[in-house]
Amino acid sequence: MSAAGYDAIVIGGGLHGLSVALHLARRRKRVIVLERRYAGRHSSGINAGGVRRLGRDIREIALSVIAMEMWHSIESLVGDDCGFVAGGQVKVAESDADMAKLARREAEVRALGYDHEELVDQAELRRIVPAIAEHCVGALVSRTDGAADPYRTTTAFRRAAVAAGAEIREDDGVTGLERANDLWQVTCASGTIEAPAVVNCAGAWATRIAAMVGETIPCGVKASMMIVTERMPTFVEPTVGATSRSLSFKQTAAGTVVIGGGHQGRCDVAAERSVVDFGNLAHAARIATELFPVMRGVRIVRTWCGIEARTADEIPFIGPSAVAPGLFHSFGYSGHGFQLAPAAGAALAGLIATGSTNLPIAPFGVTRTSAAAVR
Amino acid sequence: MSAERIATDVPARADIVVIGGGPAGLAAATEAARRGAAVVLLDEQPALGGQVYRAVEANRARGKTLDADYAEGGRLVDAFRASGALAIHEASVWLVEPDGTVGFSRAGAATLMKAERVIVATGAVERAMPIPGWTLPGVMTVGAAQILLKTAGLVPQGRVWIAGSGPLLRLYAVQALAAGGQLAGIIDTTPPGNRRAALRHMGGAMGALGELRKGLAWTQAIRQAGVPWITGAHDLRAEADDDGALGTISFTADGARRSEPADTLLLHNGVVPNVQITRALDIEHDWNQTQRAFRPRCDAWGSTSVPAVMIAGDGAGIVGAAASAIAGRLAALESLRALGRLDQAARDDAAAPLRRALARALAIRPFLDALFAPSPEYLVPAGETIVCRCEEVTASALRQAVSLGCLGPNQLKSFTRCGMGPCQGRICGLTVAEVIASARGASVADVGYYRLRFPIKPLTLGELAAVHAPADPTAPR
Ligand SMILES: Cc1cc2nc3c(=O)[nH]c(=O)nc-3n(C[C@H](O)[C@H](O)[C@H](O)COP(=O)(O)OP(=O)(O)OC[C@H]3O[C@@H](n4cnc5c(N)ncnc54)[C@H](O)[C@@H]3O)c2cc1C
Repeated sequence: MSAAGYDAIVIGGGLHGLSVALHLARRRKRVIVLERRYAGRHSSGINAGGVRRLGRDIREIALSVIAMEMWHSIESLVGDDCGFVAGGQVKVAESDADMAKLARREAEVRALGYDHEELVDQAELRRIVPAIAEHCVGALVSRTDGAADPYRTTTAFRRAAVAAGAEIREDDGVTGLERANDLWQVTCASGTIEAPAVVNCAGAWATRIAAMVGETIPCGVKASMMIVTERMPTFVEPTVGATSRSLSFKQTAAGTVVIGGGHQGRCDVAAERSVVDFGNLAHAARIATELFPVMRGVRIVRTWCGIEARTADEIPFIGPSAVAPGLFHSFGYSGHGFQLAPAAGAALAGLIATGSTNLPIAPFGVTRTSAAAVR
Repeated sequence: MSAERIATDVPARADIVVIGGGPAGLAAATEAARRGAAVVLLDEQPALGGQVYRAVEANRARGKTLDADYAEGGRLVDAFRASGALAIHEASVWLVEPDGTVGFSRAGAATLMKAERVIVATGAVERAMPIPGWTLPGVMTVGAAQILLKTAGLVPQGRVWIAGSGPLLRLYAVQALAAGGQLAGIIDTTPPGNRRAALRHMGGAMGALGELRKGLAWTQAIRQAGVPWITGAHDLRAEADDDGALGTISFTADGARRSEPADTLLLHNGVVPNVQITRALDIEHDWNQTQRAFRPRCDAWGSTSVPAVMIAGDGAGIVGAAASAIAGRLAALESLRALGRLDQAARDDAAAPLRRALARALAIRPFLDALFAPSPEYLVPAGETIVCRCEEVTASALRQAVSLGCLGPNQLKSFTRCGMGPCQGRICGLTVAEVIASARGASVADVGYYRLRFPIKPLTLGELAAVHAPADPTAPR
């Protein structure tokens, strides 16, 4: 333990930062989270809440499967159900070509020893999603995937971390990082604090933290847009996506329908601002209304856009810095990091506390070649 | 944007798009079109006139004048009609982009139109008056009642009470009486101290004697009609009947609690700038402590931090109809200069008399602002009074969220869903900011406001889906 009393400093109070802090605190480590705005201000508080294994990059499946087990008992982890409902995830095929693609995917995943992805025919699709458009011919489904409430989840992780002894300081951005005598000195708005370990969970701003120690990590950003509609009577249980088009479509407990799918808005990362591009958002509306014709007359209540780090190969960086001892990275979740948060935090906490982890984070090293080019 | 997607009567581009057909918008469009610009005016209503001169042409044709002021509306509309500007009615604007793209819906179809300059003249909205029971059927705003009066000639029947404060409350009472309506009484919640405070500004107000006389005439007309006028009232409540609709109102006046049967209660708590568009554009807003409202930051022409977007009229701070029309003309002159249609000297020459007229029109403002300063009781409602109607969030729920560490309106959305319903905080925005400020002991300026996002008006998925857009970049290559 350092003189200042911290074992680790987490930069960024998004879900990943809070999850690392929770797991570290449960391991009796003294940990503080420094958050520039407020916990959940960026992608963690405003994402689509999809808790999905379905369709994950092959390299991500192992960690995602472990995370899913944690989601199914999330209340025992954080003392709140986080609004998690295992309503399933469905990726519909709009053509025979789509169906063939999904069949190949199912076989590929099964060959790896996983059985959560299941190909279903048109009749079964209709049964699971009665409102789906006529032209859809089948789907790949993951029946025990689901969705949670993002802000509620962030709040629950925050409360649990604090209850376990973590400290969370908001309105306190990190501006400098220096190593002296085997300790990190972290300069933030409120002063300087020290700890032997620092975890970089700064989301879209994480490359700037890395740059403070001279580490260049190639990583871009994305600004995904979302639509939420007025409340509707309950008509769809699982979260629905498509095979050849980008969509995520889900009805919340409140009855509103949340539509996304990675359609991009415009963002100014330095200003922490993103704006909806309605020309692009029209694609999401078109795909949603074509897959769910009942949605045509439904009113949009709100649209928004969130900024997140996106790697060249669209899987995250989770693990130690390549240049600075005691610095760990966890960012670049590329639009699907919400689901991974419980497991990624556990992995990093293990790594920091004991020097190693059994959790499958090997594919996510910061120097992997597939991530070398910024897209 | 492809031209063929736009209805034949709607151009794809314009030099200037004016949003709002009230005095500011009409005057801005007229000034700009007269000087040769291609101007399109978009308004949500089926007819020109805005709030104050709503349906003025139709009422004139029917031989109806609501009062002498209303005639001024007729003159503004006539000038607009002669100017060559194009008016598109029932166009609900849901998007203004910093580059001058304006998105609006009309008859179920959405359109994106590109303008070199956008003049936002969307006026004022009523400040909410959250009292216990304000969401009951039978309780509505004076503004809503006035719309019914102006568009359909309707006045509510039965025992009609008007409660609150502000010039519009008296004006409506006069108009309703003139239209044959009956009023059970006026419950004036203007704090008694306001009168004294206002007298200090009497000097300035003397420059606007006409306005003062008008106010006095309204008061007289109401008294002559024998309508009971209870002043200094507080602790107003609306209570339901057995059928769940409004049945009784109660209040304290002269130290005594009174209860009265009521069929309709019309509430009014003054007006505040409509900041939907300017907020969604992330233009800076400043807190005006006197008017207890935020207003978008702009210069004396109405220019904002977004070069293509200007503001005119009550939307830039409450100034009233006459000053709004002048502000509209000033914004038009500066727009023309920015478009290279007018040089700076010509702009300034044309503006000089307007600025003098504006100063005269504004002379009475400090007096009115002081006289109708809103009562703190209705700025910061107590206990179980509902603040957010859409999601039914109470004042005490807000206070609880603050005690849990919620610092501002945006966080509050996530804590309570407050402001997340169909109205998107249009009604509760200021109340929420005031409640948080008082619970935190902070100023409203520090607490801030909801972060608003386009679309600021209901837009259906089908309408958005039909907006023409470039190829989907997320489609597989
Ligand atoms: C619109 C949208 C929809 C999404 N939908 C899904 C989904 O359905 N399913 C799914 O699994 N994932 C989804 N995601 C992705 C998911 O939201 C993210 O992967 C995840 O939340 C990332 O969490 P984070 O903690 O890494 O980042 P963030 O939540 O962005 O947190 C980073 C934090 O770091 C802070 N910070 C930055 N710089 C500093 C500094 N110098 N000092 C202090 N603090 C700093 C920021 O203020 C911020 O709070 C979606 C993302 C978006 C944008």
